[in-house]
Amino acid sequence: MQQQSPMKAQTASDRFYQTEWKTKKGLVHELLRNRFSYLLILPAVLYVAIFSYATYPYLLIAFQRFNYNKDLFHSEWIGLQNFEFFFKSSDALRITLNTLQLNLLFLVFGTIFAVALAVLFNEVRQRLFQKVAQTAMIFPNFLSWIIVSYMMYGLLSTDFGLINKWLSWFGLEPVNWYTKTEAWPAILVGMKVWKEAGMSSIIYLAAITGIDHSLYEAADIDGASRWQKIRKITLPLLAPTIAILTLLNLGKIFYGDFGMIYAIIGDNGVLFPTTDVIDTYVFRALRQIGDPSNAAAVGLFQSTVGLILVFLSNWFTRRFFREGALY
Amino acid sequence: MKRKFEASTALIYLLLGTFALACIVPMLLTVMVSITDESSIIRNGYSLFPENFSVEAYRTLYNSREMLSQSFFVSITITVVGTLAALVITGMAAYTLANPNVKYRGFLNLFFFITLLFNGGLVPWYIMCQKLGLTDNLAALIVPALMFNAFNMFLVRNFMDALPQALRESAYIDGANDMRIAFQIYLPICVPVLATVTLFYALSYWNDWFNAIMLVDSKDLYPLQYVLFKIRSNIEMLTMIPTGGSIQFTPPAESAKMATVLVTIGPIVFLYPFLQRYFVKGLIVGSVKG
Repeated sequence: MQQQSPMKAQTASDRFYQTEWKTKKGLVHELLRNRFSYLLILPAVLYVAIFSYATYPYLLIAFQRFNYNKDLFHSEWIGLQNFEFFFKSSDALRITLNTLQLNLLFLVFGTIFAVALAVLFNEVRQRLFQKVAQTAMIFPNFLSWIIVSYMMYGLLSTDFGLINKWLSWFGLEPVNWYTKTEAWPAILVGMKVWKEAGMSSIIYLAAITGIDHSLYEAADIDGASRWQKIRKITLPLLAPTIAILTLLNLGKIFYGDFGMIYAIIGDNGVLFPTTDVIDTYVFRALRQIGDPSNAAAVGLFQSTVGLILVFLSNWFTRRFFREGALY
Repeated sequence: MKRKFEASTALIYLLLGTFALACIVPMLLTVMVSITDESSIIRNGYSLFPENFSVEAYRTLYNSREMLSQSFFVSITITVVGTLAALVITGMAAYTLANPNVKYRGFLNLFFFITLLFNGGLVPWYIMCQKLGLTDNLAALIVPALMFNAFNMFLVRNFMDALPQALRESAYIDGANDMRIAFQIYLPICVPVLATVTLFYALSYWNDWFNAIMLVDSKDLYPLQYVLFKIRSNIEMLTMIPTGGSIQFTPPAESAKMATVLVTIGPIVFLYPFLQRYFVKGLIVGSVKG
């Protein structure tokens, strides 16, 4: 056996590399040659083809009065009426601005906290503390937004909540948070940071771990303080990572976090002026008002602007941080 | 090397400790409320240090278990089936994308990548699900949106890219085909990153209520998260309607509500410590190599 197998292997690799490699490199041939590889990727390709690419034609219903029974080709075409309806309503500006405002706030505060946590973690030498603290910080990331909304209710509830109780200790009036519209951008940012900063700090921590250690050793010899090392070594070398991740996220700034906003706000209309985003608006138009064409028009507006933003931010990334660009 | 005490060290520990504490206080509060006597909640509100303890909430929960048991069944089923399916699809696809012998690898990469940049949005996706008959059945909770995630696939691919090519070449020479190499060599080696991806998929299934709110109507198919969502919006409805009406719905008591929440996150808490070891490592290796 031991002696035979190299011989057999020779013929097998012959088949793979010599005879077939040399023949014409047509599509069919390539598919046959790597048939197992293509077979392995087939389920994923089909999945994406069906749930992404095959859905794109349905974007056209934004220009129709869509009827589920008549389908795409037989529904009535009405040009830009759906868009007109949306852009003439007062909702258009509100949900666009809310989406941008909330996402920008999430991005700025999320990045600041994640970077700060990573930098601080890098200074910790105590293994046990590091492990326990990291476990605690990652934990909220695994909760669903529904559960988070219940936990936050424990803090914010008017009658029972901890925060109102703390306020009363300082002699302040209790606040009815669930009707206090202007406070919600801040509350949502707080929740976002609470839930996700610990997790995103891991990527920054990985980048810091990758920094050449001799730099710190040299700085130690020169008698640099901890703060100087952070400011002159860690942060400058972390800057490209921060910039790349920020730019990538800027591309997604037109997509609201439906899972978060709807789980927390739900249909509480009092809070819509500051918390209603494009995605929750589309959801309501589709599922509650039942107007797929109007919903699709808003969705198409979102996808288009979103795509432009992705291209722009990638162009910037490629311009300034060549390796970080998406494509 | 022995360090002498520094004020900055203390400050760092203090800051990190505070943030870590803030991350678990809401969780702690939920636990405490769930074991607080209902009357002391009414008197004092929620508290981290309740006056009187009581396991009444859990008893109530146990007595009305048929209400939640169906949802538990649904959640567990979709999580187990969905995660397994997603894992196989993702792992297999990643192998091919990491295989340099595949000539159309670049095209395939792009094929998946475009979907991360551009999506048709909610409405076309919804219509597609309707067309495929993914409405009001168990498959509607498993197949759409969650069963494959290109980001997770790229995570696995990056991990595989970092493995030496000789691994594949030597297996070819021994006469193995790609199918065997993928399942018997590559996927077993990728356990750290696959564990991470398993956790991601399992969590996205367990925490999902989006598919339920979009595609499911019958109560028998509500997963746990959606039940929680419904309970909350029912309570909101009640508080908006002026009192004195003839509605017979009594919202669950405060402590029972929090007990329900805790029971719902239960499995994650059990899963997380086991996977964490792999998790941070898998994520770092997979993400650093862009």
